[in-house]
Amino acid sequence: MIYADNAATTKTSPKAIEKMVEVMNNTFGNPSSLYGVGQKAKEELEKSREEVAKVIGANPKEIIFTSGGSEADNQAIISAARLGARKGKKHIISSAFEHHAVLHTLNKLQGEGFEITLLDVHENGLIVPEEVENAIREDTALVTIMFANNEIGTIQPIREIGAICRKKGVLFHTDAVQAIGHVHVNVKEDNIDMLSASSHKFHGPKGVGFLYVKKGIALTNIIEGGAQERGKRAGTENVPGIAGMTVALKEAIEHLDENYESVSAKRDKLIAGLKEIPHCAINGDEKKRLPGNVNFCFEGIEGESLLLLLDDKGIQASSGSACTSGSLDPSHVLLAIGRVHDVAHGSLRLTINEETTDAEIDEIIKSVKEVVEYLRSFSPIWRDLVAGKKEFIL
Amino acid sequence: MALYSEKVMDHFRNPRNVGVIEDANGIGEVGNAKCGDIMKMYLKIEDDIIKDVKFETFGCGSAIASSSMATELIKGQPVSEAMKLTNAAVAEALDGLPDYKMHCSVLAEEAIKSALEDYNKRQEN
Repeated sequence: MIYADNAATTKTSPKAIEKMVEVMNNTFGNPSSLYGVGQKAKEELEKSREEVAKVIGANPKEIIFTSGGSEADNQAIISAARLGARKGKKHIISSAFEHHAVLHTLNKLQGEGFEITLLDVHENGLIVPEEVENAIREDTALVTIMFANNEIGTIQPIREIGAICRKKGVLFHTDAVQAIGHVHVNVKEDNIDMLSASSHKFHGPKGVGFLYVKKGIALTNIIEGGAQERGKRAGTENVPGIAGMTVALKEAIEHLDENYESVSAKRDKLIAGLKEIPHCAINGDEKKRLPGNVNFCFEGIEGESLLLLLDDKGIQASSGSACTSGSLDPSHVLLAIGRVHDVAHGSLRLTINEETTDAEIDEIIKSVKEVVEYLRSFSPIWRDLVAGKKEFIL
Repeated sequence: MALYSEKVMDHFRNPRNVGVIEDANGIGEVGNAKCGDIMKMYLKIEDDIIKDVKFETFGCGSAIASSSMATELIKGQPVSEAMKLTNAAVAEALDGLPDYKMHCSVLAEEAIKSALEDYNKRQEN
């Protein structure tokens, strides 16, 4: 089996599992309890907070543990919206290809009277910082731009966008779910006010993540109840999950540079191999992308069939095809970079990691070539394209 | 739970009657690339009997399986019987399709009927 869907989730690190089991066995107390085992859990929790903060260049008091990236995105955006609304600022800037945790939250705010500007992400899947600057108005409450896109992996000019927001006095949030643990992220150097992260994208457990929020920015609670997380996120803390996430994050950061280099090289090899397939195109900038992300459109075929046949060959991947999501529209990300429906349906996302071998890359290239050729052999669109009855798009 | 029944996967992995009939006397194409599904059916009808049928499909697993099953259901049948093919029959023969994939069976029914209509038109001329 070749697992090439690391953007969906990653295999949990054995060290993180070991840590979680240890915490569950020995530190099962409630961090809010006064007696020994509770205080031991509290210590574990605060140690994790310190380590997570250190990794991204933050202060421990600026870290709120959440159930994952979606919750962090929701809380960051709603908090900024409430803060803005108090000053009569009801305009938010984002991009057309954000994760749905961001886009759906923005839709909700739009229904409450906020005005949302979604910036163009252009054909290469990159935001232009000047366009952020031009979009900022007197009443802009927030700019929220993802660090790296989850489908096409393009890495945004976050530092530049952050600097513009600082200059203009506008809050800046970034959904860094796909970036943390894979590329360097430092909230100070990158001028970030709020940042969302999710543990299971860097070999940590699922159901846990964190929100960084710069000192002085008041959060709005999404979950009401007890006074956990400095009163900003109720519910008994997921101590084992948080401890496991911390171990996984430290491990990822420790190997970040070497992984970045080796995974990028394998990614480039995979891209080069797939490019040999006629009438295909890579989605998103070829270099300014996450080290493990490869995303292609193949003309004349449909993505779900491609995934099912790759699965038969032992390769697990993903697609922005409509058929995998249950809707008729293909991925909003592919449409945002200007892919027309006809080819957006034929997309394939392969997200590799440091464990992917060169032999596996060769195997993926060989299998994708075979499957694309096979599906094209009985595709009426392909027949028309080859016969010249239709014009190739790619 | 798997997304598709074993039958769907079988017809997807080993589609029956794939290809083109060069001297077809009934051809039908339905769907569009925008929605992600196109089916093309080729019929060879002799003495009112469907002697041969082939298909080409651009689409998801269930679209390919539905095309394959539809061809199986009408092959060797008289035209009048083939005209009675329903999407429900296609889906049932595949041991069911997920709700949001039922449109694939509808497309298969429409493709067959479109090819039969083409045949009828050619006969009139």
